[in-house]
Amino acid sequence: MLDYVKLLILGLVAVLAAIAASYARDMIYMIHMILVMVTAAGLFLWQLRRTDEPVPAEVLESEYMDGPVRVGVALTAFWGVVGFLVGVVIAFQLAFPELNFEWARGYLNFGRLRPLHTSAVIFAFGGTGLLASSFYVVQRTSAARLWGGGLAWFVLWGYQFFILLAASAYVLGGSTGREYAEPEWYIDLWLTVVWVAYLLLFVGTLLKRKEPHIYVANWFYLSFIVTVAMLHVVNNLAVPVSIFGSRSVSLMSGVQDAMTQWWYGHNAVGFFLTAGFLGMMYYFIPKQAERPVYSYKLSIIHFWALIFIYIWAGPHHLHYTALPDWASTLGMVFSVVLWMPSWGGMINGLMTLSGAWDKLRTDPILRMMVTSVAFYGMSTFEGPMMSIRAVNSLSHYTDWTIGHVHSGALGWNGMITFGMLYYLVPRLWNRQALYSLRLVSWHYWLATIGIVLYAASMWVTGIMEGLMWREVDAQGFLVNSFADTVAAKFPMYVVRGVGGTMFLGGALIMAYNLWMTVRKGVAKADAPVAAPAE
Amino acid sequence: MAFLDGHKKIETNATLLLALSLVVVTVGGIVEIAPLFYLDNTIEDVDGVRPYSPLELTGREIYIREGCYVCHSQMIRPMRDEVERYGHYSLAAESMYDHPFQWGSKRTGPDLARVGGRYSDEWHVDHMSDPQSVVPESVMPSYGYLADTVIEPGYVADLMSTHRIVGVPYTDEMIEQAAYDFVEQATDFGDDAVAERYPGAQVRDFDGNPAVTEMDAMIAYLQMLGTLVDFSTFTPDESR
Repeated sequence: MLDYVKLLILGLVAVLAAIAASYARDMIYMIHMILVMVTAAGLFLWQLRRTDEPVPAEVLESEYMDGPVRVGVALTAFWGVVGFLVGVVIAFQLAFPELNFEWARGYLNFGRLRPLHTSAVIFAFGGTGLLASSFYVVQRTSAARLWGGGLAWFVLWGYQFFILLAASAYVLGGSTGREYAEPEWYIDLWLTVVWVAYLLLFVGTLLKRKEPHIYVANWFYLSFIVTVAMLHVVNNLAVPVSIFGSRSVSLMSGVQDAMTQWWYGHNAVGFFLTAGFLGMMYYFIPKQAERPVYSYKLSIIHFWALIFIYIWAGPHHLHYTALPDWASTLGMVFSVVLWMPSWGGMINGLMTLSGAWDKLRTDPILRMMVTSVAFYGMSTFEGPMMSIRAVNSLSHYTDWTIGHVHSGALGWNGMITFGMLYYLVPRLWNRQALYSLRLVSWHYWLATIGIVLYAASMWVTGIMEGLMWREVDAQGFLVNSFADTVAAKFPMYVVRGVGGTMFLGGALIMAYNLWMTVRKGVAKADAPVAAPAE
Repeated sequence: MAFLDGHKKIETNATLLLALSLVVVTVGGIVEIAPLFYLDNTIEDVDGVRPYSPLELTGREIYIREGCYVCHSQMIRPMRDEVERYGHYSLAAESMYDHPFQWGSKRTGPDLARVGGRYSDEWHVDHMSDPQSVVPESVMPSYGYLADTVIEPGYVADLMSTHRIVGVPYTDEMIEQAAYDFVEQATDFGDDAVAERYPGAQVRDFDGNPAVTEMDAMIAYLQMLGTLVDFSTFTPDESR
């Protein structure tokens, strides 16, 4: 019966998409509708072949569902390399503008590739990593198989389809003009469907858990999923110009829109890149260190404090703008207070190594995870500092912000995700060990030095341009033209590009190492696939 | 500690954990966003601010499409150097019809909130076709293809109607005449229709090419940015 419902829906979607494509008002919409039509038709055929066939084997409810985790892990590594590559390209475009090729007629210009880079790294690499790791963690810590049958496959592939639509739109010039929320209305609607399915999947699995307590990692994953749903829906409220076109007009304007956008934007950092990744940290660091989480009480306090306070921090992006002072002051105060719960997470992560610090000498994977927590601590100190009005008056609009974001994104999110991948791949493919720990060390040092070059060069350019902009001479005239500041940044832009290239090199080494682990690794003798969770 | 023992109730009940998390994360946004719809200095009307003309609105669409906002801000802060460099600090009312706002967050290039009238049309054409030819230090990409992309009014009336749905006061007349105004503003047939409907709108062939191109729309948008409010007569609200 369910098979026929699926066939009906897929057939309907294919036909509607075909109609929409033929009435399309613009190229992006037409390409996307054709893409939807082809995908739906393909799935229809695939479903048709399966319908009324005998089910090959009984699904063991006692077994974990690791298929989507395996695919998700591979896709995470893939999107990482793609996202970093686009980042390197746009870093060099800023140093050498001739890399914005004229023959590409804008398709490969910085303005279109930057949303591609940010989305590829945050939503494709980070998002897929969060999906895959949460599927794995929630099963192990709940001693239960993922809820909803094939729902996990729908969430995983549905999310990939979202990435495909968003990325192709950026290059073709389809953008709402809202940072980190650039996808147009129908892509947003699709993401909403996928995200609600993700929430159901996650809560459904928690509800059928066999452990009495919900493990702390799952608190963070759950708050990440539910908050991102809220942020996504509110920030993307818009009226489409036509249901046959890609353009929409945002519901809010001006001050209200700015506040909503940065409420969203900062909490994309707070919940996507922090709460979600803390969930990752709370499972993989204790597992890799083979030590329990340092403090249960600290995790309770810092969890609730973190999710309550983070949501207030947005207006620190709008100091001295047309946003009323009280709002940006509120954002600043909460941002400074946020320092404490953030460091609660760092302390809990680092102190988990109590009694196991010696492992840092021998285990490059643990070293990677610990470094990521150190970067987390560093950037969650830098962030509150930059939110202080006086500091922000200098740092806002400059490269300092870019450096700050990257020490968090590359150092914290990147490194913890790499650690997660190194931990999971041998286990998911039932291998005795990684192909090469030596290559992990290479990856570690390339990435770490790359981040240091990146962050340091951006501190230099950011503070320099901030000071140059405000410099006045004895008569009260501005000393520097804007172009002077652009010229002065050139050497550091090259250094930044080199740092990014090293980080990309490390990721390529990782991809090779993981691939060889799957291909050449020695299988474990006993295969405890159906082992119950600890 | 007793409240930590109480936490057992929450962490053994997924529904409770979900509901409480949602409540906790909702507070901040409500407190910070909701008042902005009622406070005087965020919803004030300032003389001169008007909706974008069809051509300017089309230029703004191109501005968004090309991702100009990732490198250019449109928000001048009230600091000495910024006011000196860019002009009077930006008012909330100046972006009241911006769906979405384009304040930006990064100045890889300079602020554009008051770029209108600062440079000639010819400078803009040269600058967008080959930025380094007029500013050797610039790292801006070339946008020469805007000049050879001819555009038609197409769906601009629909775009304006959608803006009206979200609160921009376009009149029926403005929407009916959208296609005419679009061509007129970039051509100048010699009547005052556009300037009457959109006070302060600049009407001329912006790119020197008789056809209406994306370059016309882009320059029409850039040349009106920040020009609507007359700051010789403007008195700022005390509460700012």
